[in-house]
Amino acid sequence: MTTPAKTTPPLNNSRRRLLGMIAASPLLVALPGLTRHSQPATRAIPSSGEALPLVGLGSWISFNVGNDKAARDASAEVMRNFFQAGGRLIDSSPMYGSAQEVIGYGLTKIGRPAALFAADKVWVSGGDAGRAQMEESRQLWGIPRFDLLQVHNLLSWEAHLPTLFTMKANGRLRYTGITTSHGRRHGDMEQLMKSQPLDFIQLTYNLYDREAEQRLLPLALERGIAVIVNRPFQQGALLRRLARHPLPSWAAEIDCSNWAQFALKFVISHPAVTCAIPATTRVAHVLENMGTASGRLPDQAMRARMAAFVDSLS
Amino acid sequence: MSEWWTYSLRDLLLFSPSTYYRLFELYNIEWWPLQIFALALGMIVLLLLRNGSDQARKAIAVILALCWLWLAWAYHWQRYASINWAASYYAAAFALEALLLLWLGVIRQPPGMAEARNKSGRSGMVLFVFALLAYPLLALLPGRSWTQAELFGMAPDPTALATLAIILLGSVRPAWWLLPIPVMWCLISGATLWAMASPDFWLPPLAALLASAMAISSARKFSGQT
Repeated sequence: MTTPAKTTPPLNNSRRRLLGMIAASPLLVALPGLTRHSQPATRAIPSSGEALPLVGLGSWISFNVGNDKAARDASAEVMRNFFQAGGRLIDSSPMYGSAQEVIGYGLTKIGRPAALFAADKVWVSGGDAGRAQMEESRQLWGIPRFDLLQVHNLLSWEAHLPTLFTMKANGRLRYTGITTSHGRRHGDMEQLMKSQPLDFIQLTYNLYDREAEQRLLPLALERGIAVIVNRPFQQGALLRRLARHPLPSWAAEIDCSNWAQFALKFVISHPAVTCAIPATTRVAHVLENMGTASGRLPDQAMRARMAAFVDSLS
Repeated sequence: MSEWWTYSLRDLLLFSPSTYYRLFELYNIEWWPLQIFALALGMIVLLLLRNGSDQARKAIAVILALCWLWLAWAYHWQRYASINWAASYYAAAFALEALLLLWLGVIRQPPGMAEARNKSGRSGMVLFVFALLAYPLLALLPGRSWTQAELFGMAPDPTALATLAIILLGSVRPAWWLLPIPVMWCLISGATLWAMASPDFWLPPLAALLASAMAISSARKFSGQT
């Protein structure tokens, strides 16, 4: 099974131990709202104060494996290791083919962890169809309720947001949100962030796609809205571009030994970002991603240096 | 999806190449040894093409219709739909093509249409033999496995190409209503393969476009002679 992302070698035991030592070191840079754990660092959801690990697990493409039992079992192993490494948030959508069903399969197989933060989306036109779709999604996951439901790509948000707010008021949902990707509809998202009582937004943000830094991320901080970041590696394209260049030696100052760590640390170190959701089919990659959230994170000056360096490569 | 036209094909791809090709592997394993029967059907079509009688041409249309119907159910509905929600629409289109083949190739088949013995006919024969015998060999490309072979009657691409070949050969007339679905499928398949960076992405669309151009050219010459 190929993974559409990373060029990094698998973690070996010594590297895992090293990452563990880094996690336990006193060198972590203090960022607003950031707390340290023995495993991944967390950041608080502004609307509740609940802590979420900075790295979650996406399911776009990676978990759409259909009825392939071997691939489903492999996905379950990724989920098992994700939770064992301190992960919580798994994100999916009805748009992602069989991903919801595969997540449900994995959760059943590994015994639904109490730490699970289940995030899904509604992706259909019309309120009635949306309610039916969200219920179907819940059944596919095999969970009593979702923690977070988001309006996928703002599709039919006028119909779905009232439903989500009602579900939250009735205790059938904990958080509400809206999503976009690939830098689209940022203007509409900004308007909704200003006008609707949203708990979460989800958007694309990475070393190359930094438009969200201009308005949406500052607005999320100002309005107290949690931010989930999709496509932190541009579905692997970002890493393939960077792989043509050597990693700068100063990357070691933030415990980066490869471009994937470099790219992920850049994303999760933004103070507005609550959680990034890289998708992977490999246990080694999910462990490395979780380890990335445990080591030192770049401060503002280092983040600027990272962005400038990547820009200089283009 | 709003602003869907601003997405690239690769943004819209729902699955990884390994999942896609694994789909064929599991499908082949599930239905083995039906592949032998499918290959035999392809050979029978070749023999029927040599025969060229009205009954033979009707038999070819029936065989093709059964293949399209099978693909609608066993491939698109049962398999591909598990990783691509659009496959349910593909299943409907493939079932429609099967009905068109039965209607135009059997019920409405005009008598006395001889096999085309022109350039278009020869190209059709080459394309049919390619779809039947060469297309499965693409599974030997690097990174794939022979168990993922795509066979006439079992997989959509070689079946669509074989159907276009039969249309080129003039053995199923009138052909125009039979062209759009195989051509559209070849374009969709090519786009999918391109999005997955498969080196053979150009094959289905190129074959479909060439076959369409030759069918149109042949029809013009035919109408000019009559």
